Amino acid sequence: MCDTCGCNITDANHHLVEQGGKHSHTSNGNEAVEVLHNLLHENNHRAAHNREHFDRHQVLAINLMSSPGSGKTALLEATIDVLNALPETQQLSIAVIEGDLETENDAQRIREKNIPAIQITTGSACHLDAYMIHDALHELKLDGLDIVFIENVGNLVCPASFDLGHHLNVTLLSVTEGDDKPSKYPVMFRASDLNLISKADLLAVLDDFQVSKAEQNIRNLANPAPVLEISARDSYNKNGMEQWISWLRTQLDRYRELLNQHQTLLPKIQHQASQHEAAHSHHHESA
Amino acid sequence: MHELSICQSIVRQLEQLAQDNHARSISRVIVDIGPLSGVEAPLLERAFPLASSGTMAEHAELVTRILPIRVRCNICGNENEAPANKLLCSACNSWQTRLISGDEMLLRSVELEKDKNYV
Repeated sequence: MCDTCGCNITDANHHLVEQGGKHSHTSNGNEAVEVLHNLLHENNHRAAHNREHFDRHQVLAINLMSSPGSGKTALLEATIDVLNALPETQQLSIAVIEGDLETENDAQRIREKNIPAIQITTGSACHLDAYMIHDALHELKLDGLDIVFIENVGNLVCPASFDLGHHLNVTLLSVTEGDDKPSKYPVMFRASDLNLISKADLLAVLDDFQVSKAEQNIRNLANPAPVLEISARDSYNKNGMEQWISWLRTQLDRYRELLNQHQTLLPKIQHQASQHEAAHSHHHESA
Repeated sequence: MHELSICQSIVRQLEQLAQDNHARSISRVIVDIGPLSGVEAPLLERAFPLASSGTMAEHAELVTRILPIRVRCNICGNENEAPANKLLCSACNSWQTRLISGDEMLLRSVELEKDKNYV
């Protein structure tokens, strides 16, 4: 996103900008300077650098978000197992960046499966930001990788506001949490490019979670992203895991096709924001 | 809660602006917030004095303006305001809408007190 030209101005707030010039004076003689920077200007700048770094290595970066305990690490473990069982030509090479307030536990779980994992411990910070990812990338070799999963801090609020330089947002909603979570946390669920209804093996014993309701609540956020039921348990119907792997493969192909055209992939909500921007710069040219 | 770190980022931007414009201090900061930005204006206002303490923005007034959530329908083209968790078209009830306002977090403008020695 461009943070200098004011392209964050949308049709609805356009009138606010037109009052006064760029350097107008206030009644008490102070100088008023119009800025129009995103509040997370510094973070977004760093995120753009991270994305360039991923793109140079043709590595798709996926931001996994959810509440704590919804099964992000278990999903990654199951994903590794499913990938390992595939014929060599169909395998995907992955690495993981883990975000938690404390402990190396999650990175250990991934490393036990011989997958590179970098643990970020945030202390008391409730989300990952682009600076933490930048530091983690110093420790992670991207050569030969297909996908880096960034497991964000378990939290349905803050992670949604911070661009990390990733390409796609995947949000997990476990069936023990309630199908109205998307209505309660609209900022998070509006941002998802794929929704995984996790721990779906428990649906059989829960009578208060309806996948159709969860899906409707996601649609109410004007989010068209697919909704997949999934379980990390071996014993459950493997259909969900297969669809998940197939989605990953499709996104990886789409991403590499975009790279061939000297473009990159952006999470849907950031792509929308950049379309605002394109419309705005077009306005400049025609003026 | 990340409003403090956002305020710290604002203050760094303010100090740079003050320097670039040869200002002595910053008197007023206007910030536009959309309800879908994930930033809470009251928390921002509470965090700002902490973040600005000891900086050129120490005595600045932070003004937060809440922008409306507005959507445009992809099906019928209607535009309307909408609540944060029901971004639906008010004309045809479709969910296939596009947000045209409401996710902003924008440092809009800054009032600077100029250094009298600088002409």
